[in-house]
Amino acid sequence: MRQLLGILILCLLFACTSNKIKTLPIYGDREPITKITDGKEVTDTLYHTIPAFAFVNQYGDSITNDSLNGKIYVADFFFTTCPSICPSMHRNMLKVYKEFEGATDFRILSHSIDPKYDSVQVLKKYADALDVKGNTWWLLQGDKEATYTLSKSYLVTTPREDEKEKFIHDGYFILIDKQKRIRGAYDGTVEEQVIKLIEDIKILRNDPEQATK
Amino acid sequence: MKKAGIIISLCAAIIVFVASCQTDQQIEYMRYYSGGQGLYTVNCQNCHGKNGEGLSALMPPLTDTAFISKNKDQLACYIKNGMTGMVKVSGKFYNNTMPPIELSPIEIAKVLTYVGNSFGNRVGLISLKDVENNLKNCK
Ligand code: HEC
Repeated sequence: MRQLLGILILCLLFACTSNKIKTLPIYGDREPITKITDGKEVTDTLYHTIPAFAFVNQYGDSITNDSLNGKIYVADFFFTTCPSICPSMHRNMLKVYKEFEGATDFRILSHSIDPKYDSVQVLKKYADALDVKGNTWWLLQGDKEATYTLSKSYLVTTPREDEKEKFIHDGYFILIDKQKRIRGAYDGTVEEQVIKLIEDIKILRNDPEQATK
Repeated sequence: MKKAGIIISLCAAIIVFVASCQTDQQIEYMRYYSGGQGLYTVNCQNCHGKNGEGLSALMPPLTDTAFISKNKDQLACYIKNGMTGMVKVSGKFYNNTMPPIELSPIEIAKVLTYVGNSFGNRVGLISLKDVENNLKNCK
């Protein structure tokens, strides 16, 4: 009896420690799907994911959803002449950039919502001014409608044009995993939230589920 | 024991007296400075940073004390009309655009009193009169 109790306690302890591995929540709508595999009915969960896209980065290279296979990434929406929140966002994004610069499994994507002005050359100049080099942080431009539509799948406010501010958009940094699911949203203008984002990226990179894909 | 009490209250009286000795200008300065701090947070901090540190080669810092004191009379114009083109600040060249910031002359005076006496700068009070005069002579 005593021995049994001992084993039970040990099991409980074990359960506790294995629960301690931190994982991030998965955001967005989800739906169960049932499929027939090997004659058996299996229920799986279909998560909200980021759909396919195609843009061009500051080097003029074409960047698609496939460029992010096997990578965790952070996305935001901005424009280079933004008078309000963007400088704060990118002052904070530089912290994320410096933390993970050169990592092959990590990217930052900043989508310009003003592609007419933000040409590849303008984006390159902006990247240079921020001292952003290499391929860790891509500044993307392309079809405006495609960018605005894509913003919806990140569950951020769809940008819209405004007379005074030129464009209204929000300053969220969205964390995406290797399965293209949303794992976090952080206010990019708030330093504390961006520090949390850096911690969460580390948690996600250590998640066994992310190691394989 | 009683003596100590008297000394303490005397000291307190002296402190109150000295504090109330602040000149009108000092009081005005404090009023401008504290009002300016809030205006800075809302209107300038995004670009120039919480400590006036700027942002890489994109936004110049406000910590170049020589630049600020030398251009003291132009600062109001930078805010009212914006600023563009090449400018050398803290030994580095910046070539970007600051949009006009919509502030009233009294708000400009307050925010400039804050900037002009923070981040290492020491230009003293920039009054409403100063701002009104400077705005007449924008280049
Ligand atoms: C949208 C970003 C932005 C905002 C907001 C902004 N500035 Fe600027 N500021 C700039 C840029 C960019 C320059 C440099 C312009 C150039 O290259 O000619 C500049 C230049 C300056 C300069 C002269 C150069 C220096 O660094 O000393 C001062 C002074 C200044 N700004 C003060 C302010 C104050 C005060 C406010 C708030 C009332 C403010 N700025 C708001 C972007 C901004």
